[in-house]
Amino acid sequence: MSTAAIFNLNHPAHAVQWHFFFMSVSNVIVLGLMLIVFAVAILAPFPGHGRPRHGGAKS
Amino acid sequence: MSDAERGSWTGAVRERALAALPPEKLLPDTQPAYMSSWIYVFGVLSLVSLVLIIASGVILSLQGPDWWHTSGIGHFFNSFHLWSVELFFFFMVIHLWGKYWMAAWRGGRSRTWMTGAVAFLVAIPCALTGYVSQQNFDSQWISTQAKDALNAAGIGSFWNLMNFGQMYTYHVLLLPLAVVALVAAHVLLVRKHGIVPPFHRSQTVSPAHAGAATNGSPAAHNGAPLPAGVPGADPMPSPALDPGIVVAAGPDTGPVP
Amino acid sequence: MSRASRRREDESYREWKGAYIPYDILREATIALGVVLALVLLLTILFSSPDLPPSTIKSWSRTDPVDFVTTAATELDGSSMSGSYGPPYNHGTGSVQHIGFLRPQQWFGVSQPINSAQDDVLAPLRSITDQPVLQRAVSTYEAAPAKTQAGWTTAYENALAKATTTSSDSVSVKPGSYGPVPTVMGGLLTFAQSGGLDGALLTSKQFYQTNPTKALLFMADGGVLANRAQQQRLLGSQWGMMNETGSYPGQVWLWLYTFWYQIKPFSTSPNADILVLAIMALMSIALVAIPFIPGVRDLPRGIPIYKLIWRDHYRAQHADGG
Repeated sequence: MSTAAIFNLNHPAHAVQWHFFFMSVSNVIVLGLMLIVFAVAILAPFPGHGRPRHGGAKS
Repeated sequence: MSDAERGSWTGAVRERALAALPPEKLLPDTQPAYMSSWIYVFGVLSLVSLVLIIASGVILSLQGPDWWHTSGIGHFFNSFHLWSVELFFFFMVIHLWGKYWMAAWRGGRSRTWMTGAVAFLVAIPCALTGYVSQQNFDSQWISTQAKDALNAAGIGSFWNLMNFGQMYTYHVLLLPLAVVALVAAHVLLVRKHGIVPPFHRSQTVSPAHAGAATNGSPAAHNGAPLPAGVPGADPMPSPALDPGIVVAAGPDTGPVP
Repeated sequence: MSRASRRREDESYREWKGAYIPYDILREATIALGVVLALVLLLTILFSSPDLPPSTIKSWSRTDPVDFVTTAATELDGSSMSGSYGPPYNHGTGSVQHIGFLRPQQWFGVSQPINSAQDDVLAPLRSITDQPVLQRAVSTYEAAPAKTQAGWTTAYENALAKATTTSSDSVSVKPGSYGPVPTVMGGLLTFAQSGGLDGALLTSKQFYQTNPTKALLFMADGGVLANRAQQQRLLGSQWGMMNETGSYPGQVWLWLYTFWYQIKPFSTSPNADILVLAIMALMSIALVAIPFIPGVRDLPRGIPIYKLIWRDHYRAQHADGG
């Protein structure tokens, strides 16, 4: 018995194949997302830091 | 006379612990001003993913390993457990990438890097034992395939992927304990040594500032700024390489940058 | 850079004595928990998780009796993969790997003894009562000399390549001199199709069992698991280690592990498993030891992604110092 998912992923995966390279589309998506998220994390502006404060050496 | 001097083990341990991790390091309410990038959130995202993995794992263990096959709620928590694992590895790898490109092991932080890397490596067999504990076709395939690698290395003689009882106990107890211990050590080392400062921009140094601290806020510097260094030529680094100098400890009185 | 100057530079990074900004560590952790919880709930509700039911010897013997009987015959004569495997199951040589003089598989020895003929065929059949014809066939087989047994099973396995199934899901081969083997195999097939063999393989030692190794090895020796795996893109040549059943994302972090198996010399080596494991072990140690590896530890300095990460900091410095 399984809960019905909104998107049923229970069919065999489509795959990206090139010579010996073979990766399921879902894994390609995950990998792609990781690279995109990494790039966005580095490039996206970070909200301003407010007043800088000299503190004790809190490291 | 300190506790350590009096020969008290407890006192000595307490003093060392407090020296390494005073409360303001354990629960700080400030952080270095250079932490101004979204890449810094991936550590805590990995950590909370692990919390969710353990929470959903605990729920799955309440009614035994075959509950989720016959219960809708059980299947829900199985799905929750699977997706929190996917997110755990997703965030952890991005965290690793970020820390690598920051060379975050600098300044005496090599153990922070090492505990993090080992936690990642131990999480992998922890996930593997989970996959072979599912009691479905996936478990059958993974266990009968992966056994060859373990047998070839001799490990298969005492760690049998096809032995559900053994794999289940490794998955719900032994390996999560190892992962949690490593992550705890990693986080405590982060708190102890702090977040690694940025690379110095240039390579030249004024010897007078060698060993001293680095750039403060633009608002409160004393002394003349250093000249911009010649990049790469002189291999004598020092903290005070960049324009802007040692900051006096004291309240901030300058304008916001 | 000299070692002394490298050490000096490293010391300079030890402590930050510069500016701090307000920060609420517990609030950040709580927000992070909320964000990830929401993400996990969303993924769970959208996609759920896969749960393909396991194969059983019963289902296997019913849907592909020829494959089952062929596999059972190789278990009987010990030529199956598990029957001839080697340590930790037995003293065969079919799947024993080594790197040079390193032979850990042999050094650790036989710790989970499996005799495929006894465990998979003869002992389960002996547990069946009220089948005198079958029991006589088993006795005839056991009493025959090894060479005779091998002659029977080899001839039968060759005939099975052209076997047909009857309407009652039993297997029929052209006549030949197979001795008692067809009767033995027929009895095993019937036992398997009733579900008895699954149970016999599981509880052979004791009632409470959590170790289905024997049944798993039996199925893995045949085609039932591999056929399903191919449909699900889980074969080695399909980089299956990384994949999940269905279209779910799998274990993407295993990409490098499975990559080695796809290229020579590993793709054609009988020692592929131990070779790849050794490479991955070395690379894992290297990952942990990056802080100490020249070149690798210096790359972040050379490829300045850090300039993007700390651009606010450098900009503030520049504004300050000129």
